[in-house]
Amino acid sequence: MDNNKVLSLKGVRTYFELKRWGFIHAGYVRAVDGVSFDLARGEAVTIVGESGSGKTTLLRTMLGLAKITDGEMLFAGRKLDYNNSADLTWLRWQVGFVQQDPYGATPPFMNVHRILLEPLIVNKVPKDEREQRIREALQEVRLIPADDFLSKFPHMLSGGQQQRLVVARALLLRPMLIVADEPVSMLDASVRVEVLELMRKIQKDYNLGIIYVTHDLSSVRYFSQRAFVMYAAKLVEKTDVSGVVNNPLHPYTQMLLNAIPDPEPENVGRFKDIPAGEPPSLIKPPAGCRFHPRCPRKIDGLCDTEEPPEFEPNPGHFVECWLYK
Amino acid sequence: MRRQKQAVVERGRSPERTEGPVLKVEDLTLYFRATVGVVQAVEKVSFELARGRSLTIVGESGCGKTSLAKAILRLLPRNVHTYEGRVFLNGVDVMKFGEERFRREVRWTKMSMVSQAAMNALNPVLKVGHQVAEPLLLDHRMGRKDAYEEARRVFGIVGIPIAFMERYAFELSGGMRQRAIIAMSLITNPDVIVLDEPTSALDVLTQANIMNTLKKIKQELGLSFMLITHDIATSSELADEVLCMYAGQLVEHSDGQRFYREPLHPYSQKLMASVPTLRIDRKPEFIPGQPPSLLNPPKGCRFAARCHKRFERCDEEPPLFEHGEDTVKCWLYEEG
Repeated sequence: MDNNKVLSLKGVRTYFELKRWGFIHAGYVRAVDGVSFDLARGEAVTIVGESGSGKTTLLRTMLGLAKITDGEMLFAGRKLDYNNSADLTWLRWQVGFVQQDPYGATPPFMNVHRILLEPLIVNKVPKDEREQRIREALQEVRLIPADDFLSKFPHMLSGGQQQRLVVARALLLRPMLIVADEPVSMLDASVRVEVLELMRKIQKDYNLGIIYVTHDLSSVRYFSQRAFVMYAAKLVEKTDVSGVVNNPLHPYTQMLLNAIPDPEPENVGRFKDIPAGEPPSLIKPPAGCRFHPRCPRKIDGLCDTEEPPEFEPNPGHFVECWLYK
Repeated sequence: MRRQKQAVVERGRSPERTEGPVLKVEDLTLYFRATVGVVQAVEKVSFELARGRSLTIVGESGCGKTSLAKAILRLLPRNVHTYEGRVFLNGVDVMKFGEERFRREVRWTKMSMVSQAAMNALNPVLKVGHQVAEPLLLDHRMGRKDAYEEARRVFGIVGIPIAFMERYAFELSGGMRQRAIIAMSLITNPDVIVLDEPTSALDVLTQANIMNTLKKIKQELGLSFMLITHDIATSSELADEVLCMYAGQLVEHSDGQRFYREPLHPYSQKLMASVPTLRIDRKPEFIPGQPPSLLNPPKGCRFAARCHKRFERCDEEPPLFEHGEDTVKCWLYEEG
């Protein structure tokens, strides 16, 4: 087993069963449907997708908060048993989680010191080490001087500071992987970049793996090396960031890029070429390629019947689209 | 009786399409009373909006953007401390109107609003078509049949299939719900529509579609828009003019063509620099520090503490200086 791999997913599927009147099986919500990728140590990866594309469920699956229906997930070469609490404790030690809404993710009745102490107690870090670690973590996220912040409660911190506190908590146990679920979507534009830069710096300093989930493509290029585009529970395009931004291959990625405005005055008179429609239902996804009902370049008789496998038109650039057969 | 009803509708439908700005705000001030003191949410904001133009208001959260919109529409909570200034709509000072007259003649007849998180603003137990027609049904402004006919018309404008009129809110996707809310704001043929973060809860693609619709409405109906957003990139989509707010005050009012290229106020410059861009290769910066508390704002320029161009004059509060056709609240432009 390659020890350099922090995380390796092979055909992971997470389905949620739907029930009618509580016991009659009524189909599945296919929230994650056949996702495969490897993450090396010290690599930052972004998963981009619209809401409802399954990106949060994918994260929850990695964290062991949602059960895998099918497929294989290896953490540092270890296959974990999600019913075994020792395995789960190990997993949660190794994976830090940065939530979307920092205010919702920090208990309002605990002060900063207590919030940071909690994971150390749960994971039985020796008592004499705890204070030191808390201070280091606060230093790391530049909540300094640490003494000023220790006694504060979350509501006394600004949005950016709260999010940095959440990052500090994720770092506390020195994990090998951090997963961040839209860590800056609740923050103001002027502090977003600060938090992203901070996470980037920490990632480099500690050689961490980071999985950053977002719907905001424009922040991607400042953050990660590789980007995955998710549409309707599948990763439709996997490549490095410049590939996504400069040479998107999948029609969905092209559309997504087209939709994002840059702050330019010309936008006022310009209409965007966006086909109408909504992402498909994950209970009954369309046959064939899931994007074909909205796709401007669909091939009749192929895209609407057969699901495209993964093609590699350029080295390291994977895309699930029949156009690149 | 019937004739009387019609008269109300006619009056609501802006008979006086006068020349000059459709909306003019002078020294609008809104303070809230809180347990800890007085929150100076909006302080002496003045601007004009011409017919058929769109104005975007940008700024960080907590800078008073939404309060400004609510002050213009007089949608105020109970804890208002000070509410003064003048708001002219088609040249008429509507601040002098009593609450009932304001409700009948201004709010949702000449000025309507698409509120923040409009996704959840629909009533779950009413059919969408009825909700959209409701502003016309209130006060017996119009008969049911006519009102529904109008609703069908605005559904066409915003691009919702007519069949959706019979549906409930939960049967609509987020984008469709947002369109329904826009339809609701259009139904009384207002002169001004205030859009408060209309797309912030939507996906990128849906967002682009809604923006296309808004641009189409603006071109075809000649409405004036006021778009409030903290998303600078999106704001550029509807920006004939830009109003930048900081800590309750207007700091810059510029032409959109110029604002996105070379903003004047140091805060606007920093704000623009903090926006990550997709196509232009530029490293975004962040603004150090945080905005001042509106409970007890600093004496001089409110941005001085975070400003990279600060000098002695900044201890005094700058007035609004003219700079070409734009106005900016910064001592750097004293010479004009």
